[in-house]
This record gives sequence, C-alpha cells and structure tokens, in this order.
Amino acid sequence: MSDAHTQIAGDERIKHRSRFREALIRPELGGIIGTAIVFFMFLIFAGDSGMFNSQGILNWSQISAQFVIIAVGACLLMIAGEFDLSVGSMIGFAGMLIAIFSVTLGWPVWMAIITTFVVALAIGALNGYIVVRTGLPSFIVTLAFLFILRGFAIYLPQTIERKTIIGGVADAAEGDWLAAVFGGKILTGLFQWLGDNGWIAVFERGTRKGQPVVDGLPMLIVWALLLVVVGHFILTKTRFGNWIFAAGGDAEAARNSGVPVNRVKILMFMFTAFCATVFATCQVMEFGSAGSDRGLLKEFEAIIAVVIGGALLTGGYGSVIGAALGALIFGVVQQGLFFAGVESSLFRVFLGVILLCAVILNTYIRRLITGER
Amino acid sequence: MSSSTPLIEMQNIQKHFGSVIALAGVSVGVYPGECHCLLGDNGAGKSTFIKTMSGVHKPTSGSILFEGQPMHFADPRDAIAAGIATVHQHLAMIPLMSVSRNFFMGNEPVRKIGPLKMFDHDYANRITMEEMRKMGINLRGPDQAVGTLSGGERQTVAIARAVHFGAKVLILDEPTSALGVRQTSNVLVTIDKVRKQGVAVVFITHNVRHALAVGDRFTVLNRGQTLGTAKRGEISAEELQDLMAGGQELATLEGSLGGTV
Repeated sequence: MSDAHTQIAGDERIKHRSRFREALIRPELGGIIGTAIVFFMFLIFAGDSGMFNSQGILNWSQISAQFVIIAVGACLLMIAGEFDLSVGSMIGFAGMLIAIFSVTLGWPVWMAIITTFVVALAIGALNGYIVVRTGLPSFIVTLAFLFILRGFAIYLPQTIERKTIIGGVADAAEGDWLAAVFGGKILTGLFQWLGDNGWIAVFERGTRKGQPVVDGLPMLIVWALLLVVVGHFILTKTRFGNWIFAAGGDAEAARNSGVPVNRVKILMFMFTAFCATVFATCQVMEFGSAGSDRGLLKEFEAIIAVVIGGALLTGGYGSVIGAALGALIFGVVQQGLFFAGVESSLFRVFLGVILLCAVILNTYIRRLITGER
Repeated sequence: MSSSTPLIEMQNIQKHFGSVIALAGVSVGVYPGECHCLLGDNGAGKSTFIKTMSGVHKPTSGSILFEGQPMHFADPRDAIAAGIATVHQHLAMIPLMSVSRNFFMGNEPVRKIGPLKMFDHDYANRITMEEMRKMGINLRGPDQAVGTLSGGERQTVAIARAVHFGAKVLILDEPTSALGVRQTSNVLVTIDKVRKQGVAVVFITHNVRHALAVGDRFTVLNRGQTLGTAKRGEISAEELQDLMAGGQELATLEGSLGGTV
C-alpha cells in the first residue's frame, strides 16, 4: 500500500493534452473566434458601406458598448451562480427616476443621478437578499422584479406627467458635472487633430464646417471599457474574484470553506443593478429623455452575450473579457446587418442560432474541464 | 502514543435533540500523531459526535478539553481557528475551479500593490504544487481543474489543505465510503502521512478493514454509546464488526452468510 504513489516522476494515466484542447478550455476562446469571424464577414460584405469609417465605427462601438455595460454585470452574477432578469426593466425604471427627479421635481441632475443609483442598488440588494434568504431560484425572484419595475416605469410618468416619455433632461443637465460623466465626450482635442489632418471625416459645410463628424469618445464607451477592466481584474486577480467563482461553482462547498457566499451573491446583484443604471443614465443623457419602454429585452441580450462569451449558465465558470467580446459580436452584427443592407429582423434569427451554438459548445467545454462523460 | 495528554478529549458527552438521545455519554480522547478510528453503523451517532467535536452542535452535557483546556465553541469557525478541521463526506471542493484556487478557497493569499489587494496566484500555485507533491499527487499544473481528479485525489487535496492551514485535529467523515480499492488505499496512505506529521486524525468509517489498515485505536459507537476503545493489535476485525452491529443479531446473520460480511 505504501508504494501506491512512490512513482511520482510521471503518471502514465494522465494523458498529455494537445495545445488545441488546452486552448479550448479558456472561456474566451469562443468569443475571440466569433469576433474574428464577424469582423471578417463584415469587412467582405460591408467594407465599402461606411461601416469602417469614423462614423460607422462610432455607431457600432456605441451599440456594442451598451451591450458590454450590462453584459459585465450579468457575467459576474452568472459566474456567482445567479441570473437577473430585471436588468431591462431596471434600465427603464432608473432612467425614468432620473427624469422625474430632474425634470418634474426640478432637482439638480447630479442629485437625481446619485439618488437613482442609491435606489437601484437598494433594489439590487433586495433581489439578492430575497434569493439568498428564501433559496428560491433567482430566475423567479428577478422575473417578479422584471414586472414590478417595468410596471412602475410606466405607472409613474403616466400618473405624474400623463405621458410615457419625459423629455427635457438635456436642458436640465446643461453644465451639470455628473451628467457629463455619463453623457459627455472625452479626447475631443485628439479627434479635432485627427480631423485637421484629414484622417477622419469632417463636416464639409454649415456652421460646424471643419469640425470632425465624430468629435470625441462618448463616455458610454469609456464606461464600458472601465467596467470590463475593473470586472476582469476583480474576477481573476483578487480574493473576492475567487469567492465569486466559488459561490457559483458550489455554494455549499464554498460555505464549508469559509466563503461568505450570501454576501458575494447580494453584492453581485447590486453590481448588476449598478451596471443597468449606468446604461440607463448614459442613455437618458444621450437622448435627453426617459421612456417607459427603454431597455426592453435587454436582460436576455445581456445573458446571451455572456453565454457567447463562454460562461456556463449553471455558474462557476466564465470570463468578463469573453462577455465583452460576446457583446461586441452582438453590436457589430446588429449594426453590420444594417450597413450590409440585410433585413434587420434576420438579426433575431442570428441571435437564436449563435446562442444555441454557444450553449452547445460550452457544454462540451464543461465536460473537457471536469472530465465528466 | 507520542504524548501523554490527549490533544482533544471529549468527556461524557451527551447530546439530546428534543426527546431523542443521540449521544448518551460518550468519552473519547485523541492524541497527537495517532489515527483514532470511530466506527459505528448508520444511526450510531457518529455524525452527531463529530459535529459536536467540530463546533456545529453544542453538547447537552459533558465537557470538551482541547490541549488540556475546557473549550466552548460558539460555531464551527471557532473550532477551525483552534485547529479542528473537518473534511466532509461531501467535499468542500469545486470541480470547475483549479486545484490551486480550491486549495486556497476562503484563505486566499493576498499581495498588496499600492492600495490594491491582489490574489497572490504565484504563491498559491507554488504552495499547491509543493503540498500535492508531498502527498504523492503529481498534478499536470496548479491550474488543473479539480473535476479532472479522481475521488481519492480530491480527498487528498482536501486533507492536504486542512493540514496546510494548521489543523491539529483532522476529522475525516467517511473519506473512503465512495471510493474504489485503489483510491481508498491512496487515501489511507495520505492519512498515514498526515499522522506522521503529528496531526491527530479522527477517522470515521463503517468499514472495519479500512479502520484496521491505519488505525492506532478504535472506538465503536452503538446507539449513542461507546462500547469501549481498543488499541491496535488488541482486537480483531470480527470483534469490531460484532461491536458495531451490537453483537447478537449479526452473529446469527453471519452464520447464515458463512462469515462473508
């Protein structure tokens, strides 16, 4: 018995794995390949349609950035083993709160935004608290909030303003420091310089003659990049990241090892709500208005982006970078079909197909990692 | 035994759940460097007993001496902090996570870079590989997922982890019950290695042969009571089997089965 493990130099039972299989178990792989394919396709079919000039790039990057913002939240939450179906309704609800606070009640916009964030985080915490306390599937709990928040997003403006779209936020936000953090643009000097040198398109005539058509990097995109970097760092490089994996991998085992699973899950619900509110605030600042139907179906799009990015629906495995690539694929395809002149309803067909492929691939990868058959 | 005072001593422990008497006065002492086997059939009170030892349950009466001092554990964290670790039947291991992430789960080493506290992966990976090598497991790499390990190897990882984080008393709750022959022997080898490091091992099992393979002393529980503690060499497999089953019934059964149980 004592010699059972003395031959330590090499175990003949461990098969050497090829580099290909090693690469396959990286969660981002699907996202990387998908992104490459998507860009390749559109370079061929829509390369001369303006998709890859400055306005075109800004167009699909903004759409992608929107997906990225909610996908990062959904990704960390899914790795922690839970879903949030109330993301889309939260976007509508939070946007509506900002408009009501700033336009109807006349608060300064910064105060409206901060209050909205506080309310949203509290709702996220409530979601999480109910899930960890009752042990109910988060699918059901957040489904309830999908309806509750959407209901309020319609009821509040209708009761207060007798309409479902509240405008005038742009005027209220004029010169507000916090509004600029969500609706402003940075690097305007750089873009002017690029325009002056003729590298990006400038207006040919009119009052803005000589100014670049794309005059800066929208804060929406900055937020998306920031959330990806922070999310990726937390997940892979910190102790808390290990707890997120552990909470989603096996909550009971994590608890036995001293991981504060409930705290992790509640915090992830709050983070998802935070991301949804960032999305909502950027959108309200961009449009200058809030609408009751904003963010419809966004929860599913976020989840799809995360799954394309290689995360497992059952939790415990995934990558923020992957989710961001999933969101990029989303944005590029949605806008690319428009540039390529393809009927836009086909986008949904594409979504369904790619989701199915991603889930099948992920299941296969899961087997590879755990060695199950 | 290598020391004259027990590392942990359970004296006359009683535990009642409402009207059910789960433990009716059990006394067991475990010395450093010994493997103390706790045997008993299902429902004998093994689980209640080790849960009392690891701070999950408070005894209804009786006292627990740890390193000679009376101990009152408020919850399992107290017991873990004192150096009493339990490796559960359902392991605290997450198949999708790497061995190194699992090894340090809940005890992640942190490296500070300015205001940022980062998970020190280099340290975690190095220690994991070292500890696994000590236990005789050759990992493909520290990032190998636990899911690819066999059941016995997972037990070994869990045991190595408990010992690394300062367990003085290691409670193993039926570590071999779901394992094959070869994996079982791997776990028994691990127990032997851990014992030689001076850890007091409490090995819960209902398999007499596994107990006899590594045990220094054997305590049999039956219906919430100890039927005595025997030293290695003083008792045979048949006697242990008899004690576990409460003697009489099994004797008649055994007759009809021709001594195969």
